[in-house]
Amino acid sequence: MAAAPKTKRSADKAEREQVALKSLQAIATQVYTHLSKAVIPEVQLPSRNKGNIVFDEKHRVWKYGAEMTTRSAKSVDGAYMLLRTMYLSDFIKEMIDQNKSSTLREMYYISEGWDLAKFHSQDESDLLGEDLEVMTTSMREDFKLRPEENGAAIVGDLKVVETIRNNQKRTLHCQDDVGETGYHIPYNVEPDRLAFKDVKADFVVAIETGGMFARLVENEFDTKNNCALVHLKGQPARCTRRLIKRLNEEHDLPVVVFTDGDPWSFRIFASVAYGAIKTAHISEYLATPTAQFMGITPSDIVNYDLPTDKLSEQDVDALKAELVDPRFDDDWWRGEINLQLEMNKKSEQQALAKYGLNFVTDTYLPEKLTEMGILK
Amino acid sequence: MAGVAKATTLDGAGEPKAKKGKAPIAETLALAQKEISVAEFFERNRQILGFDSPVKALITAIKEATDNSLDACEESGILPDILIEVHKTAHADELRICVEDNGPGIVKRQLGNIFGRLLYGSRFHAIRQSRGQQGIGISAVVLYGQLTTGHHAVVTSKIGVGHPAVRVEMGLNTKKNEPEMFNEAMDESWTKPSGTRIEVTIKAKFQGGRQSAFEFLRSTSIVNPHARFTFLDPTGVKTVFERVTDEVPAKTTEIKPHPHGTELGTILKMARDAKQRKLTGFLTEEFSSVGSDTARKILSEAKLENVDPKDLSREEARRLHEAFAKVKIMAPPTDCLSPIGEQLVRRGLKKETEDVSPEFITTVTRPPSVWGGHPFQVEVGIVYGGTLPAEEQVRILRFANRVPLLYQGGGCASTVTVQDVDWRRYGLDQRGGNGMPTGPAILLVHVASTKVPFTSEAKEAIAPMEEIQKEVKLGLQEAARHLGRHLAKKAKRAKVSEKFTLVNKILPELAKKSAAMLGKPTPDLSTIVCKIMDVVWIEDPIVAYEKLEGQTVMVRKKAEKAEAGAPAPGKEAKGEKDAKGDKKAKGKATLEAFAEAALETAPADGAPAAPEVQQKPAHLAKSTITMTNYMMGSKKFRFFVVVPETSVFVSATPEPKTVKDRYLMWEIPAMKPTEKLALTYQVAGVEKGGVDDVETFVEGINELHVVGADPWRGGE
Ligand SMILES: Nc1ncnc2c1ncn2[C@@H]1O[C@H](COP(=O)(O)OP(=O)(O)OP(=O)(O)O)[C@@H](O)[C@H]1O
Ligand SMILES: [Mg+2]
Repeated sequence: MAAAPKTKRSADKAEREQVALKSLQAIATQVYTHLSKAVIPEVQLPSRNKGNIVFDEKHRVWKYGAEMTTRSAKSVDGAYMLLRTMYLSDFIKEMIDQNKSSTLREMYYISEGWDLAKFHSQDESDLLGEDLEVMTTSMREDFKLRPEENGAAIVGDLKVVETIRNNQKRTLHCQDDVGETGYHIPYNVEPDRLAFKDVKADFVVAIETGGMFARLVENEFDTKNNCALVHLKGQPARCTRRLIKRLNEEHDLPVVVFTDGDPWSFRIFASVAYGAIKTAHISEYLATPTAQFMGITPSDIVNYDLPTDKLSEQDVDALKAELVDPRFDDDWWRGEINLQLEMNKKSEQQALAKYGLNFVTDTYLPEKLTEMGILK
Repeated sequence: MAGVAKATTLDGAGEPKAKKGKAPIAETLALAQKEISVAEFFERNRQILGFDSPVKALITAIKEATDNSLDACEESGILPDILIEVHKTAHADELRICVEDNGPGIVKRQLGNIFGRLLYGSRFHAIRQSRGQQGIGISAVVLYGQLTTGHHAVVTSKIGVGHPAVRVEMGLNTKKNEPEMFNEAMDESWTKPSGTRIEVTIKAKFQGGRQSAFEFLRSTSIVNPHARFTFLDPTGVKTVFERVTDEVPAKTTEIKPHPHGTELGTILKMARDAKQRKLTGFLTEEFSSVGSDTARKILSEAKLENVDPKDLSREEARRLHEAFAKVKIMAPPTDCLSPIGEQLVRRGLKKETEDVSPEFITTVTRPPSVWGGHPFQVEVGIVYGGTLPAEEQVRILRFANRVPLLYQGGGCASTVTVQDVDWRRYGLDQRGGNGMPTGPAILLVHVASTKVPFTSEAKEAIAPMEEIQKEVKLGLQEAARHLGRHLAKKAKRAKVSEKFTLVNKILPELAKKSAAMLGKPTPDLSTIVCKIMDVVWIEDPIVAYEKLEGQTVMVRKKAEKAEAGAPAPGKEAKGEKDAKGDKKAKGKATLEAFAEAALETAPADGAPAAPEVQQKPAHLAKSTITMTNYMMGSKKFRFFVVVPETSVFVSATPEPKTVKDRYLMWEIPAMKPTEKLALTYQVAGVEKGGVDDVETFVEGINELHVVGADPWRGGE
C-alpha cells in the first residue's frame, strides 16, 4: 500500500476521525483482498530510518523520502504486524464510535486481550501507532491515542486559554497563575484545545534539563529579559514541540535551544528545529525551522573553560553518526562536532555553576543571546 | 622402568690397582652404593603409579582393582558384576576400600605373587588388548596401603563351585619384593560361585566433582556397557551403574609381535630363546604378518644367511632390525581388537548422560589401524545439548582399552587432537579455529590397542603418536559431521516451524479478523499456506522397540574394513534384494526368517566362504516417518533411511524400492499440495535404543525445499 500523499488536515475533529476510519478500513480491505486472491498479504510504508529523510523545501523541515518498506505476512514478524494492525484498527473504530480515547500505555495493556496479537512491550505498541500514522494521512490524536502527560512546562509573560471539562474555557497567565514549576503542557495543544492570548514575551528559551529550568526561574530570567522559558524534559514530546512551533509561527517569537554539550543534546535540538527521524511524517506540524542552537556548544566548553567529562564510546559513535546525518550536514555543525571529537570532552549545562549560581543568567545567557542578535 | 636399574658394587678384582697412599675416593663412595629393590623404588616414587595425592589415591586404588576384575571377567566370558565400597575408618585421613567381583577367581598359590609382589602378572608378555599391562597395578595398591596406614590388605578368592573361598591377609616385603601372608583361612560366608575380593586401607580422601570415584565409575560404565557396578560411598549412598547389554565383549586374542613394533633388544632376546633352527622359520613363526616370501626379502635386505637365530650377533640383529623398516610388511592382524561398537557406546553414553537429557548423541567406530607395528582402533562419541552448559569448554571423556583417563589431560593425544579440529565448521564455538571448543557438548575418545603408548606407568595419558592422532581426528571429524548435520537440520526446522506458527495460527487469525472487520466470509488459505511454506516437511522418525521373547537373531558381524560405509559394487549387487522376493522375511518375525535374511544379505566378495554371523537377542525396531508436501506443485522424490549394517530388514509399508545393507529406499509417488504420507518399517537385530537417531536422505528434489532430511550423496 503506497503512502497516501498528505492532504491538509481538516480543522474539524469529527471529520478527521472519519478520515482516519476510512484509511484503517482501506488497510483491512487490502489484507482481505490479498488473502482471498491467494496473494501473501502485505502493506507498504516509507522506510523510517536516517537514510530515508530528505529536506522539504516548502516547510523547511526534514521528512521521509521515497524509499518504501514492505511488511509482508511472508515473515512471522510481518504477519504479526498485520494481525496487530487489524486488532488496533478495530479498537480505534470502537473508541471513535464511543467517543473515548486511551493513552498509549492503556492501549498496550488493552492488547493483553488480543491473544496472538498482543504486544510484548510498549515500544512495540507505540511503534505500531506511529506506523499507522505513516501509512495513513491521520495523526495519533485522530486515532484517539494519546501519550502520557510528560511534565514539560512553560513560564513566561503570556496567557493560555484551555478548553477544560464540559467544553468550559479557562485562562491562565503563565507567570502569575502558575507555581514555580510553570504551566504544564497538556498532550493536546491544537487550537481547539489551547489558544494563546496576550503574548508579551519577546522570545523563547527551550531548556533541556529540569535543573537549569529551575535555575532560570529562580533567577527570574523570564521577567528580567522578557522571555518564555520552556522545559523540554529531555527528548521533547510532540506536544512540547508543537507548542514551541505555534508560538514561533503564530506569534513570531524567535526560539533558542539551550542544552547540555553532548551529541544526545544535539539530537534534541535537531528534533525541535529540523524534525525527528521517528516523526518525520509530521515534521511540518512539529518542527520549528528557525530555532537556533545556543549551547552548550563544544566551542563554549573551550571558551568558558567548563568542567568536563570524557566522551564515552557511545558518545563518540553518536557524534560520528551525526557527521553523516543529513540534518547536521552544514559547516557550522561539522566544525563543532569535529571539535568535540578532537577534544574528546563533553559538559553539562549546569557546569556553568563553576562560576557561581548567577553566572548563567548574568553572563553566559546575555553574552550568547547578544551574540545571536536576540538581546540587543 | 628406566629408574629401576640395579646399582651394585663391583668386586675389586678387575679394578686397576690403587696408587700408594690414600685409598681412591671411589672406595668411600662405594660404601654407600647398594641394591634398591623395585618395591623400595616405588615406595619413594609413588606418583609414578598414580598415588600423588589422597584424592587421586582413592581413584587409583579403585581403578586398579576394577581394571583387573573387568579383564578377568572378559577373559572368562563372565558378565561382570562388581561391587565397590568405600568406608570411613577411625582415622579421618584413612579409607577402607573393598572391590569384589564375580570373575574366575585366583588359585591360592598365586595370591601372594599377584597381590604381594610388584611386576608380576599375566599381561606383560602377552600382546593383546587388555586393561592391565605391567603387573604392577594391584600390588602397588597393597604397597601404598601398607606404607601409608600400616594395614595389610585382605584378599578373598574362590575359583569355582566345590572349591572353598580362601581369605588371606597380605603384606609386601619391600626389600625383597616378596609377599608376606598372614592368617590364611576359609571364608564360609562367601556365596558367589567364583570371584575375588580385595580390601585395602589406604590414606585417601573422598570427594565429588569430575575427578571423583563416582565419575570414574560412571565413565567406566559408559565404555563397559556389559558390566554392572554397585558403588557404596562413605556417606552410605549406594549407586548402581546398570549394564545396558547382556553381551560379553568378544574375547580379545593374543598376537605375535609385529616386526615394526619390535626393538633391537627384543629381537636379540627372542632370537636367543628361539626354538627354530633357521632365521626364516624364526621370522615367520615368532612374528605376525611375516610369510616366507617376506622373510626371504628381509634376509636379503639385511644381507644375512639363513642361519640359526641363536647365532645371531648383535651387529647382525641390528641389520635385521633395519631391514624390518625397509621391507614392505603386511600390517598386523586387527581382529585381535575388541572395540565397543557404535551402538553400545551410544547406549552407554545415553544412559550415563540421562540427567542432562541431551538432544543428540552420535558415535563412530573407526576401522582398525596400526601404529608402530601395534594394531589399534579408535572410537568417538559426541553428546550434545540438553542442560549441558553452553558457555563452557566441552568436556572430553578419554579412554584407553575401556579404562577412563582422568588425569594429565593436557598432554594426551586425545585432547591434543580435539584441539586440532576446526569445530566451528560443525557448530561449536572455538576461538580462532583451534584449541578447546566451547558449547553444550561432551566428547568421548576411546583408543583400544594391543599396546597403548601411555606417557607414564600410571597410565594416565596417551602419548601423541602421529598414526593415533590421525585416526582420532578422522573419528572426531566424522562424528562432528553428524553433529553439524543435526544442527543444520535443527536450524532449518526452527526456521520452518516459525512458518508453521505463521500458517497455522497467525494467518487464520488474520483472515478471520479482517473478514470480521469487513463483514465478509473468511477466505480459504490452503494455497497461501503452500506459497509461504514452500517445503516438503519430514518429521523425525518415531521408533518403538519390541523384544521378541526367547528368540535370537543371526546377524552379520560388521564388515571389518568397511570403507566409510560405502558398499562396494559387488557387495551391493549381492546384498540387494528385491522387496518382492523378501516375502518370507515379512510379516511375523521368526528366528529362521531373520537368520535366512541375514545369510542372504551377507557379502560374498572375497570374504570367508561362510559369512560371519553373530547371535543377538531379537529386538525389533518399528519406525514411523511422516512427511507432508507443503509446496505449490505435486512432488515426487526418492527417500532413504539409513539402517545399522548389523541389522536385518523385516518389513515396510509401503514397500521400499530397494533394500540394502545400509539403507532402505522408497520412490515417493507424486504428493499433492498439503498431502501427507506415513512410512513404516521394521528392522531386527538392533539393540534397544540403537536406532533412535535415524538418518534420512532425499534425492530427486531440490534439497533447499526439504526439511528433515539431507540430500543423498550416494551412501557415504
Ligand atoms: N580380580 C582378579 N581376578 C583374576 N585375576 C586377577 C585379578 N586381579 C589380578 N589378577 C591377575 O593378577 C595379575 C596382576 O595384576 P596387576 O594389576 O598387578 O597387573 P596387570 O593387571 O597385569 O597390569 P597393570 O600393572 O597394568 O595393572 C593380572 O595380570 C591377572 O592375571
Ligand atoms: Mg591391573
